[in-house]
Amino acid sequence: MPAIKSRLGLSKSKIAGARALAAKIAAPVQKYIERHTTVTVERATLRLLGADGADKDGVPVPNIVVAQCGEAAAGGAARTYINALVKRSSTTEQLNEEIAAGLDITAIPAADEKQIKARASDLVERLDARISGNVKFRRERLAEWKDAEKSPLIYVIVATGNIYEDVKQARAAALQGADIVAVIRTTAQSLLDYVPYGATTEGFGGTYATQENFRVMRKALDEVAAQERRYIRLVNYCSGLCMPEIAAMGALERLDMMLNDSMYGILFRDINMYRTFTDQYFSRMINAAAGITINTGEDNYLTTSDAIEKAHTVLASQFINERFAFNAGMPAGLMGLGHAFEIDPATKNGFLYEYAQALMAREIFPVHPLKYMPPTKFMTGDIFKGYAMNTLFNFVSKATGQSIELLGMLTEAIHTPYLQDRYLAIASARYVHENIAGFSSEIEFRKGGVIRKRAARVLDETVAMLREVEKAGIFDAIERGMFAEVKRPKDGGKGFDGVFEKAPGYWNPAEDYLRRRLKITR
Amino acid sequence: MFIKPYGDTLDDGAVQLSFTLPVACGGRAKEGARQYVLKLGFRHAEIVHAHPLSPEFTFFVAYARTDIALDYSKVEYAEAVDKSMTMDQVNDYIRANFKRKLVVIGACTGTDAHTVGIDAIMNMKGYNHHFGLERYPMIEALNLGSQVPNERLLELARRHKADAVLVSQIVTQKDVHIHNLTNLIELAEAEKLRDKLVMVIGGPRVNNKLAKELGYDAGFGAGTYAEDVATFIVKKLSRTLLKK
Repeated sequence: MPAIKSRLGLSKSKIAGARALAAKIAAPVQKYIERHTTVTVERATLRLLGADGADKDGVPVPNIVVAQCGEAAAGGAARTYINALVKRSSTTEQLNEEIAAGLDITAIPAADEKQIKARASDLVERLDARISGNVKFRRERLAEWKDAEKSPLIYVIVATGNIYEDVKQARAAALQGADIVAVIRTTAQSLLDYVPYGATTEGFGGTYATQENFRVMRKALDEVAAQERRYIRLVNYCSGLCMPEIAAMGALERLDMMLNDSMYGILFRDINMYRTFTDQYFSRMINAAAGITINTGEDNYLTTSDAIEKAHTVLASQFINERFAFNAGMPAGLMGLGHAFEIDPATKNGFLYEYAQALMAREIFPVHPLKYMPPTKFMTGDIFKGYAMNTLFNFVSKATGQSIELLGMLTEAIHTPYLQDRYLAIASARYVHENIAGFSSEIEFRKGGVIRKRAARVLDETVAMLREVEKAGIFDAIERGMFAEVKRPKDGGKGFDGVFEKAPGYWNPAEDYLRRRLKITR
Repeated sequence: MFIKPYGDTLDDGAVQLSFTLPVACGGRAKEGARQYVLKLGFRHAEIVHAHPLSPEFTFFVAYARTDIALDYSKVEYAEAVDKSMTMDQVNDYIRANFKRKLVVIGACTGTDAHTVGIDAIMNMKGYNHHFGLERYPMIEALNLGSQVPNERLLELARRHKADAVLVSQIVTQKDVHIHNLTNLIELAEAEKLRDKLVMVIGGPRVNNKLAKELGYDAGFGAGTYAEDVATFIVKKLSRTLLKK
C-alpha cells in the first residue's frame, strides 16, 4: 500500500466521528443478525461441511437438504446432515449421491450426540485444511512473485456466457498485463435462490457462477500465472440470494476477491433487507477466513444518483460497509471499498472533484485495498471520447493510490468487451500508470483550493447523513430512500421467507469454526 | 444522390477499421489481414497497426477505400418525433387537450438489470439537464426499475389505468431484447391491452424502425430525452384518444 501523507487536510476528529456513527448504525443490525439464520446460510454451512452435487433436475444437494429440514432448519441444517453421515457411516460423497437420488435424511433416527460432534470436528478439520491450504498457496505465490506486483492492480471482466470461452479471453487479458480477472455472472443469477451445478456454456451477459466454473477458471489462471510469474487473481460475485454459498464455493476453490456489499442487494436487486444483512455477515466471515478481498458496491449509487450531489452517500456507505466487515471479523486489509469516476464529463472542473473524492477515500481508508470503478453512466457509442475519459480515470486512479482499478472499456455502452477492447484498456492504463509513477509524491494541494474544499465538504455532508441514518435506524433509513434514492419496505423484497429466528440450541459447527478462526467473540 | 464515405476528399470512400483475427502476430498475419479487408469489398487496404493479444490472436488497425456507393434518396426512415416540445409545452398540451394527468409506467423488463436508460427518461433528475417524467406536473410517472417480468408490467399498467408503457432494454446479447419485447407485445395483445396503451421502447441498440417491426408505437435510441418521449406520447394519444 503506498503511504500517502495527508494532503487534503481532512479533520481527524470528523473522520473518527463518522466511524463512531457507523458503529452505532450497525449495532442493532448486528444484534438482529446474531439471532437469525437464512436458508442460504444453512446451505453455505452444508457446502463448507461437504454437501455438493445435484439431482437429475439440477436441484443442488444443499437445497434438497434444507428443503427437507423445513422449519427445523432454524435449529441448524448441519445437524441433520451430519446425523445422516453418522447413522449411515457414509462419506460426504456417498451421502451426497444418495440425497441426489432421493434419500430423505430427516427420516433417519438420531445418532449419539458425541458421535455427531466427533464427525463435525472431522469435517471442520477437513474444511480448515482446505481453507488454510488455499490461503497458504496464495500467500506463497504472492511472496514469490512480489516484484511483479503493480499498483493499482489492473482488473478486467470476462463475460461470454461460456466458461471455456471465458478462459481464452482471461488468458489473453492476463498475458497483456491484467492482474485480476472477474467472471461476470449471467443476468439475474443474483435472484436465483440456488447455485447451479457443473460447468456451463450458456448465459446472458455473463457466465453462471458454479463451483465447477470456479475450478475451470482457477486452473487456467494458475497456469498463466506460472508462465508470467505474476499471481493472477480471480473474482466472482458474492451477492444476491446466495451470498454465503458463493463465498463458501470461493473459499473452497481459492477465489481471491468477491464483490460483496452489505446493502447492494437490498437497494439494487430488491432483496429483503433482513435477508441481506444476515447473509452478508456469514458471507463476510467466510471471505475473511479464506483471505478473500471483498469489493463493495458504492459505485452503483452514482449510476442512479448524481455523482456530485450524492458523493457523500458513497462515503457514508463506505463507513457502514467497513463497520459491518469489521463485525464479521474481517481485517481492513481485505476491505476493497468501492467508489467510481462517474461525474458528468461536461462538468467544469469535474476532474478536480473526481480527484478530491478518490484521494479523500484513500486518506480516510489508508490500508484498505480500495476498488475504483470507471465511467459507465456517461459512456456513449462515441468510443473515442470514451477512451479519452478512461485515460483521465486512469490518471486519477494512479495519482491517488487506488489499489484495485477496474478498467474502463471504450465499448462500455455498446457490448460486452471484445478481446481487443480489453487490450486497448490495459495498454492505456499501463501507459498512464508508468508515465505518472512519481506524480503523487510531487504535488500538494492549495489550502482553500477547489480540491481541499470539495473533500472537506463531502466529509461534512457524510457526517450529517450518518447522523440522520443513526437517528432513523438503518432499516427505516433504507425504507425512506436515504441510500441511492431507492426505497425498500422492511418486509418487502425477495427472500424474506427464507429468514428464520434461530431455534434454541441452534448448532452450526462451520460458524463456530469461523468465529474461532476470526477470533469473533459474541 | 449517391454517397460514399468521406476521408479528406469527396467520394474517396475512406474507412477506418479495427478487428482481431485468431492468428499469431507477424508478417503473414498482416498480409492475411490486408487480404481479408480486400475480401470485404474494399480496395487499397492498408494495415497500419498490428499487435499480438496473445499467442493465438492479433489486433489490427486498417485503413481502406471503397468503391461502393449508396443511393441516399432511396433511404427511408421516419423518426418517432420530428420536433420535440419542451417540458412546459408538454404539460400545457396535456392540460389543454386531456384535462387530466396522463399515466406513464416504465420498466427495464425481463432479465435486464440496467436501469440507466429508464432512469434517464423517468427519474425526477433526468439526464444531462433534461428533467425526467417524474418532474412533469401533468404526468403520473411510475418507474418500476429493473428485471420486471412482462406480466407484472402489464398487470400494473391495467391497475393504474396507464396511458403509456415505456420499456427499456440495454442488454442485447444473443438478441435477448428481441425475444423479450416480442413476448411483451404478444402478452399485451392476448390480454387485450395493446390498443389501450401507447407502447414505446428505448435503449442504445433500439430505434424507431425496430420498434415498428416488433409492433410497438415508437422506439428511441441513444441521445433521447424525456421530452422527446413525452412529445411522442401526447401526440399519439391525441390522435387516438381524442378522436373517439
